Amino acid sequence: MRFVKAGFVVAAMFTLAACEGQNIFGGGGGDGTGGSGQTPGAIEESSLEYFATEIGDRVLFAVNEATISEASKRVLDAQVAWLNRYPERTVIIEGHADEQGTREYNLALSARRATSVQNYMVSIGLLANRISVIPFGKERPLEICSAESCWSQNRRAVTVVAGGLGSV
Amino acid sequence: MKNSLGVFLASFMLWAFAGLAVAQDRPLIEIDMSGGVIEPIPVAIPNFIAENSGAERLANDIAAVVINDLISTGLFREIPGTAFISAVTNFNASPQFEDWRVVNAQALVTGAVSTTTDGQLVVKFRLFDVFAQAPIGDGVQYVGSAEGWRRMAHKVADTIYSRITGEAGYFDSRIVYISETGPKNDRRKRLALMDYDGANLRYLTDDSSIVLAPRFSPNARDVIYTSYANGLPQVFLMNLETGRQSALIEDALNMTTAPRFSPDGTKVVLSVIEGSNTDIYLIDLNTRRRTRLTTDGAIDTTPSFSPDGAQIVFSSDRTGRPQLYVMSANGGEATRISSGDGSYNTPVWSPRGDMIAFTKIKSGRFHVGVMRLDGSRENLLTASFIDEAPTWSPNGRVLMFFRESAGVSGAPQIYSVDLTGRNLRRVDTPGFASDPNWSAVLR
Repeated sequence: MRFVKAGFVVAAMFTLAACEGQNIFGGGGGDGTGGSGQTPGAIEESSLEYFATEIGDRVLFAVNEATISEASKRVLDAQVAWLNRYPERTVIIEGHADEQGTREYNLALSARRATSVQNYMVSIGLLANRISVIPFGKERPLEICSAESCWSQNRRAVTVVAGGLGSV
Repeated sequence: MKNSLGVFLASFMLWAFAGLAVAQDRPLIEIDMSGGVIEPIPVAIPNFIAENSGAERLANDIAAVVINDLISTGLFREIPGTAFISAVTNFNASPQFEDWRVVNAQALVTGAVSTTTDGQLVVKFRLFDVFAQAPIGDGVQYVGSAEGWRRMAHKVADTIYSRITGEAGYFDSRIVYISETGPKNDRRKRLALMDYDGANLRYLTDDSSIVLAPRFSPNARDVIYTSYANGLPQVFLMNLETGRQSALIEDALNMTTAPRFSPDGTKVVLSVIEGSNTDIYLIDLNTRRRTRLTTDGAIDTTPSFSPDGAQIVFSSDRTGRPQLYVMSANGGEATRISSGDGSYNTPVWSPRGDMIAFTKIKSGRFHVGVMRLDGSRENLLTASFIDEAPTWSPNGRVLMFFRESAGVSGAPQIYSVDLTGRNLRRVDTPGFASDPNWSAVLR
């Protein structure tokens, strides 16, 4: 969609935001790769928006699993490369689970997922003291249907960037 | 925060009327745990007599609470007042048993209410076996502050229930739960406290932080729960008299969940989340000293003490999907007790000590079930999209849990169900409600 409207700079930016907003809140990135498109010159590379939409701020998990898939590793590789370019940044890894488990078990399961991400990031060279983890269990679903199409988006670990200039 | 201490500590003087013989020593109804059909006992509860003019409304209100308590058990059937052919006008006169027999009342409750000039409330009642034409137990009188009238009504119902079934009552008890508002992807949660029947609701926290899974201390004066008030899931302790709340563990980065008190109230057992590992710890409330009870690398969570304090049941995914295990309260070797298909979660030891209630997930369905301590005689009492987090009535005969509907408008409500799977009822709450925990009978 963003290429179709690339001729209108303002409109393209607006559509991109709306489109990516849907990517965050309405699904997409089903294999855990997040947004991987190229938008030449549209977004400042150091921005949080770039991190969230161009690199992809999340990875997804299989049912009851905390294993990082190969597709997820590519996203996390890009996240870590970006973070190593902006060393003032820190990250919080938010772990989440779908609704198909009990509340307290899912809290621990989501900690396991977030920790998997943390461990992978450290293994490829991000300093451990730049990473913290918050498990949310099934408390914060993004998608609210009760079907695998939504649950697959909710079984996620989201890398929330903090610290540094322009952090929000 | 409103302090209801006056109601909490309302004291009851209780004594028996002399002179009335006890009619029987066998219960009128025996609660059949084998799952057979129980025919509810027809009971007549004519209006309680107001012994002075200030007591009229309370007399009606108290009788209504007594009736609601008994009917909600599914063990009693109310004979409507329109069927009565005689009225009770004198509490001290012997009932016209024949008049109650022809309307098929098996049990008859008579009551009288009066107020004193210093604001005290006096509630008296008698219970009769209509067929035997004799009282069941002695008459009972309660005296307390008028604002505690609901508790007195529950005490009356507890005594009636107990005399007819031979089981301890459970109506004078409270529920702490999570009140939920808002859409599924922006749920706001508050800690809420109410009587077991939904009355006297009050909120204990605002909705600024996620709160989860509150549990009462044995004397129901404290509540322990998980809160994100510090940004991370941490166990908090709240005193219900003062409203004061604080993190149980002072280390700012601790991540703790799934707390429960020991039966003597001196310790808390909970889960500590450390990276991908979750283990069970015991915290001494006086010294705040921690003892680690499990050490494997799996998720060990939702511990619950046996009523004698000697053992702990918990769930662990050490062999894959969560299963139930029992270990000594000092830790050490754990024995797996669940063996069926699916996963087993949130075990809770019965206050009678003989059963474990749990949440089972199998083939995408959730069940609340019970099993013996050795895992035998598993009985699934409910089934739905999500049925979760059972909590026992103080007498171990009823379970509350929450049921969450599926889909984009899915939301939780609290339900109760008999230990036999009968008498499924929604517990009345003003909004969405989850994570109920049932107190002991109040003192």
